[in-house]
Amino acid sequence: MGYICSILGCVVASSPQRTELHRLGDRARPLMMAAERVLPVTGPFEGLFPGGGVRRGSVVATEGPGATSLTLALVAGASQAGVWTVAVGVSALGLAAATELGVDLERLVVVDPPPVGQWPTVVAALVDAFEVLVVCPEARVRPTDARRLVARARERGAVLFHLPGGRAGAWPDAPDLRCRVVAASWSGLGRDATGSGHLRARRVTVEVAGRREAVRPRRAALWLPGADGGVAPAARPVPTVPPAAPVVETAAVMEESA
Amino acid sequence: MRRSAAARTLVVWCPDWPVVAAGIPLDQPALVLHANRVVACSPAARAEGVSEGLRRREAQGRSPAAIVLAHDPARDARAFEPVVAALDAVAPRVEVRLPGSCALATRGPARYFGGDHALADTVTSLVAVALDGRGQVAVGVADGAFAAACAARTTGPGRAAVVVPPGESAASLAAWPTSTVTTVGGIEAPAVVDVLVRLGLTTLGAVATLPPADVLARFGPDGELVHRLARGLDARPLDARHPAPDLTVTAELDPPVERVDTAAFLAVGLADELHRRLDERGLAAIQVGIAAETEHGERHERFWRHEGALTPAAIAERVRWQLDGWLSGSSATRPTAGITRLVLTPDEVVAARGRQLGFWGGESRVDERAVRALARVQALLGTEAVTVPERRGGRGPAERLVLVPVTTVDLTAPRPTAQPDGAAEPWPGRVPPPAPAVVPPDPPAADLLAADGASVGVTGRGAVTAPPAEVAVDGAGSRKVVAWAGPWPVDERWWDPAAHRRRARVQVLDDTGTARLLVIEDGRWRLEATYD
Repeated sequence: MGYICSILGCVVASSPQRTELHRLGDRARPLMMAAERVLPVTGPFEGLFPGGGVRRGSVVATEGPGATSLTLALVAGASQAGVWTVAVGVSALGLAAATELGVDLERLVVVDPPPVGQWPTVVAALVDAFEVLVVCPEARVRPTDARRLVARARERGAVLFHLPGGRAGAWPDAPDLRCRVVAASWSGLGRDATGSGHLRARRVTVEVAGRREAVRPRRAALWLPGADGGVAPAARPVPTVPPAAPVVETAAVMEESA
Repeated sequence: MRRSAAARTLVVWCPDWPVVAAGIPLDQPALVLHANRVVACSPAARAEGVSEGLRRREAQGRSPAAIVLAHDPARDARAFEPVVAALDAVAPRVEVRLPGSCALATRGPARYFGGDHALADTVTSLVAVALDGRGQVAVGVADGAFAAACAARTTGPGRAAVVVPPGESAASLAAWPTSTVTTVGGIEAPAVVDVLVRLGLTTLGAVATLPPADVLARFGPDGELVHRLARGLDARPLDARHPAPDLTVTAELDPPVERVDTAAFLAVGLADELHRRLDERGLAAIQVGIAAETEHGERHERFWRHEGALTPAAIAERVRWQLDGWLSGSSATRPTAGITRLVLTPDEVVAARGRQLGFWGGESRVDERAVRALARVQALLGTEAVTVPERRGGRGPAERLVLVPVTTVDLTAPRPTAQPDGAAEPWPGRVPPPAPAVVPPDPPAADLLAADGASVGVTGRGAVTAPPAEVAVDGAGSRKVVAWAGPWPVDERWWDPAAHRRRARVQVLDDTGTARLLVIEDGRWRLEATYD
């Protein structure tokens, strides 16, 4: 293709024809390459990930207040694209929230927390067959088990999402991507003594940082969940900042939730 | 070889075969369940209002005394083997369609026995002897297997065999409903049948009057197949042909295999190899011959037919069924030594059309690999440990959707019950969306205190006794409440003293920014969910 393009490029000099040629080149290029490498995410998250999605074969950790909602919202893009999701040891998953955030429940399987010794076996069996795994290990995973799981995930193109809530530091290695909710504030509650209103939406600032091309942290302000239960970009964009400078929200800045 | 006229065929049909195979007398109500739905039932259960496709609960409601059996195709096939073996005495080649139904070409045997009627009577008595009074037998003879199968279903008490004269198959089929091609013919084209019925073509006779070219143009190969069946022609497409002999795959087993599961395991690899060879030529098998030979030269061969193409898994399953039946058969036919040779022959092949994905991007079926992985996890953790969401109804976040064991649903079919209902549900008192993302299965205890340190209560009129000021969950330190909303009181099932519950829910936002949903019942607060 490149050969033909270069020949034609010499012949065709005028710019509209050149753009036409580029379009032709794009159409003839093998399809699916980007989609094979990354799991799609929904629109509001696309700018946060290098390549527009979560790289297959990676380990993603979510942290901060609202980590569960963030994980579900990240999984939603792949789920809507027809990928099956399995959650292991996440018995407290809010199914109604999952469907509101866009996860297709027809393609969700929930596995009870396995006994400590069987956790690697169960997850290894599932990595072979599912492309999205949401895990929450309750005990330390041995480095050899972790390496084997990651190798299998790379081979199969699966993504492991780690939820907080299990044992701290259960996964021995640093994750490939760290998705952190650095600030969150709820709106909708009436701040009076009558108990008026109800929780409507939460404005969060999500920071994604990791290895390789994701080493520079990216931030986005989102409604998670928005007024309709789904995810929406918040109106005011937050510029990319170095990780040292804290972002001060109008509402209280949150630490790690209890 | 091009054939358009249907070959004269005899079909043996044993009604309610899964029940018979389980050894249940037919006058006793019995249900066979697969994925929580009835797939077969005994006549006694049918008389009580049970029908195929009913949910387990409904079926048991209608027939409380019914024996419940699990769907086990291997058991059905094992029990059917004596019937097929009995027919070997009549015809050289018996095609098994599914356990409970098999077909044979009548051309030779009818001449030998002196006509279709005589052959049908002979077959009826042979099968009746093989069944030994455990089940009923119905025999139909007509042009083509589909017409013969329909004829077999018109038999009744005192009339075990129905013979449709040559050339009258189309007329005999005219009154059957269009859906018969799926239920009896085994054609997997529900979309075509559905459209035909909605177009007003409710009987096969009405379908048969359509011009063939127009049916093919509008409905494609599936429509053509339905149309051919409706006209009493052979179901097999025109390009069905006997393949070249090099497509046969053979496995020499050394040392000889004594166990069925070992042979079935080897058959998986063999079936994969067969599929690969067919695939290279763009073919798919609709009839496969499975032959096994023992050390002592005994040979056992059966032909298995499926109108949709046979997948490797389906072939391996049939090898297991067949060997199971052979090894557990009567002492006269049972092999005396281990199996040394396994041969798979694609007896009839068609051009592989591939599987079309759903039009609305809706390929939600789980693949075989995932099913195997889930089965392995179930083996490790127990069947209840692997669950999928299913819609219920209710006001609380844990009540709208629940997790049910994966064994109760069919993952290979679309599951609309996994989707939650819209907001129009009749659940007054429900906490408005968004829903909380963390809903613990056992809600931990919590404390909600007023500014004076007293526990906050909810009055009978649905108001809080004092505005909440502090919240503590499960013995952890208390946090200041910065905002709250509610209460949402609910009074559920007041008509049932045992299930009556009065509760009230409150949303609380503490000073760390964590929003929680607390519920009070009998004066005690619990943490129902966290808006994580």
